[in-house]
Amino acid sequence: MIIYKKAIDHLNKGQKIAIKYFAVALVLFLAQMIFGMLAGLQFILPDFLYQVLDFNVNRMIHINAMIIWMLYGFIGSVYWLVEEESGTSLVGDKLANFGFWVLTSAVTVVVLVYLFVQTGTGSEASLWLINEGREYIEAPRWADIGIVIVLLIFFYNVYATFSKGKWSGISGVLVLDLIALAGVYLAGMFYSTNISLDQFWWWWVIHLWVEATWEVLVGCIMAWGLIKTINAKREIVTTWLYIEVALMFGSGILGLGHHYFWIGTPEYWLSIGGFFSALEPIPLVAMLVHAVYDAGAKSLKTTNSPAFAWLIAHVFGNFFGAGVWGFFQTLPQINLYTHGTQWSASHGHLAFFGAYATINIAMFYMAIQVWRGEEIFGKQLIDNGKKWKWSLGLLNVGMVGMTIALLIAGYEQAFIERAVEGSTWSGFFTAQNNPTFISAMNWRMVFGSVMFIGSILLIWDLLTIRSCPGKIELKTECT
Amino acid sequence: MGHRFTSQIFWKRCAVYVTALMALILIGLTFDSVDKITAGSERVPDYSVINKKIFYSLDEERGAYGPTIGGDAPLFEKKLSSEEAEQIVNLGKLTIQAKNCMNCHTLLGNGAYYAPDLTKAWLDEGWISESIRETLMIQFLMNPEGNSRTFGSNRKMPNLGITENEAKGIVAYLKWMSSIDTNGFPTRFKSIYQEGEPK
Repeated sequence: MIIYKKAIDHLNKGQKIAIKYFAVALVLFLAQMIFGMLAGLQFILPDFLYQVLDFNVNRMIHINAMIIWMLYGFIGSVYWLVEEESGTSLVGDKLANFGFWVLTSAVTVVVLVYLFVQTGTGSEASLWLINEGREYIEAPRWADIGIVIVLLIFFYNVYATFSKGKWSGISGVLVLDLIALAGVYLAGMFYSTNISLDQFWWWWVIHLWVEATWEVLVGCIMAWGLIKTINAKREIVTTWLYIEVALMFGSGILGLGHHYFWIGTPEYWLSIGGFFSALEPIPLVAMLVHAVYDAGAKSLKTTNSPAFAWLIAHVFGNFFGAGVWGFFQTLPQINLYTHGTQWSASHGHLAFFGAYATINIAMFYMAIQVWRGEEIFGKQLIDNGKKWKWSLGLLNVGMVGMTIALLIAGYEQAFIERAVEGSTWSGFFTAQNNPTFISAMNWRMVFGSVMFIGSILLIWDLLTIRSCPGKIELKTECT
Repeated sequence: MGHRFTSQIFWKRCAVYVTALMALILIGLTFDSVDKITAGSERVPDYSVINKKIFYSLDEERGAYGPTIGGDAPLFEKKLSSEEAEQIVNLGKLTIQAKNCMNCHTLLGNGAYYAPDLTKAWLDEGWISESIRETLMIQFLMNPEGNSRTFGSNRKMPNLGITENEAKGIVAYLKWMSSIDTNGFPTRFKSIYQEGEPK
């Protein structure tokens, strides 16, 4: 403990909290991979872990671990930058620590219950104690309340720190976005017998998180990241941030309508959802153009090569995964056939990875650089940066491979199950038994394994990256 | 003009006004939509619809598939009041959530893609005929390994310890859900043959 405290002595209070969040985020990232691999394997070998750890449990942990590790990454990122950005020290570091332990204990209990209790009886008590059975926000109601409390602590800390210190364009957008992010979560915290009403509000959380407030949050982190890694001009990145907010909320808020095509909601959503969601790629193009332009303007000179490479992976991943792959299937005329097929899985994988995993990993590298006390992460890295380069390559190639495999499976399902067979149960299985589908599932496993190797390498690199030879210590000082 | 488009304050105002406008429009539409999807509305029928026959066919005028409500056909041969119907459908909904069905199946197309969509499961031709449909569904839900319907995929539903009451609730839920007007989703659905089917 003493050694640990000494090793993080040079970090500010916010950064000390941030590294805890980052550490848990990495553990959950690994959990996401493992349970994703188990679920993927069950497509190929349905008897694998049948009645022990069924697909629904593996898939639930796979997507929940993803949501939670990304939230950990975001909270960590904001704690990481809050003191530098506000020019003052964190207002409530003990409170922040308390919030971290409450959240981490809650996540641990929730996962253990998912694994060992799995499902309950058809009663409200099951939804309060075991799982809510609503995709992405399965956490039982008690944990929901815990999440809200932790988010409130987090929000108070961030707001109070900026208020005590100084505000900037980035922090202003960030704080307003956090209010919206916490606010829409409340929309998912009630039960309804009526599934149309249930899914209506459920999409307020899911869509307004991942296609609106999360995007703006990563816009803030990106703006800050560009200042840190390539010394971009604050005035320019802030102006771009405002443009992105206008475009993102301008298209994304009503883009929510593309989830309201088929859940019982009125027909006007077909036009509104189709039109506004078709505009959703525009802010992502803006982000891409501005990052690439800034990088070019600075002749790619960076103080942190791995972080900067992941920021560039972010802008491309966000544009292709969320933008292009989303646009593919967003018009109602095509969505009628693709909705609820592997097409959505293909988009979901590339979008979550491209938009959010990448930028969190970039933040991990920015944090570890400061933790190691190194001015530059670049050519002088002891292995010439082989590990970060390989993990970057493996993770991205793995994800692109999985995305393509799932897309092929989605095309096949849209044709066979939907267009030809008319979406019956037998139609579903006819499509699942088709050789194209089976081979796509095999390729998904191959590329999933590539990603898994990449993630191990990433964690190894984060634990060992440094520029000076000698004993690995948390903080190394080159002489 | 060029000056304005590079001005930070211009874009800041744009961000605020655009966000506020879009949020207001969304809130307005939400009031309207919630009203139109409340159980008992035209698009989302009252739970007592489980006392009726439900069909799903192509509405040529609208150019989309849609449900139509037929004559009396009480579920489990017992006509229920509106409250009783809501109670049994509610038990089904609680069970569907507590058993985490959505992480294998899709409902209204949302969920996971490991098992078939349940939106129109009540009307699926796999239940062979309307006279044995309810019995087959209950048997399947309570003992999925013994009554597996894998269509050669070997992908079996696990035994989730569903009781008879819960199974009845799920069937009621699926019947009610099949009556929701989903703007034609799923399209080209091949429905089970039912007597009195509208031509």
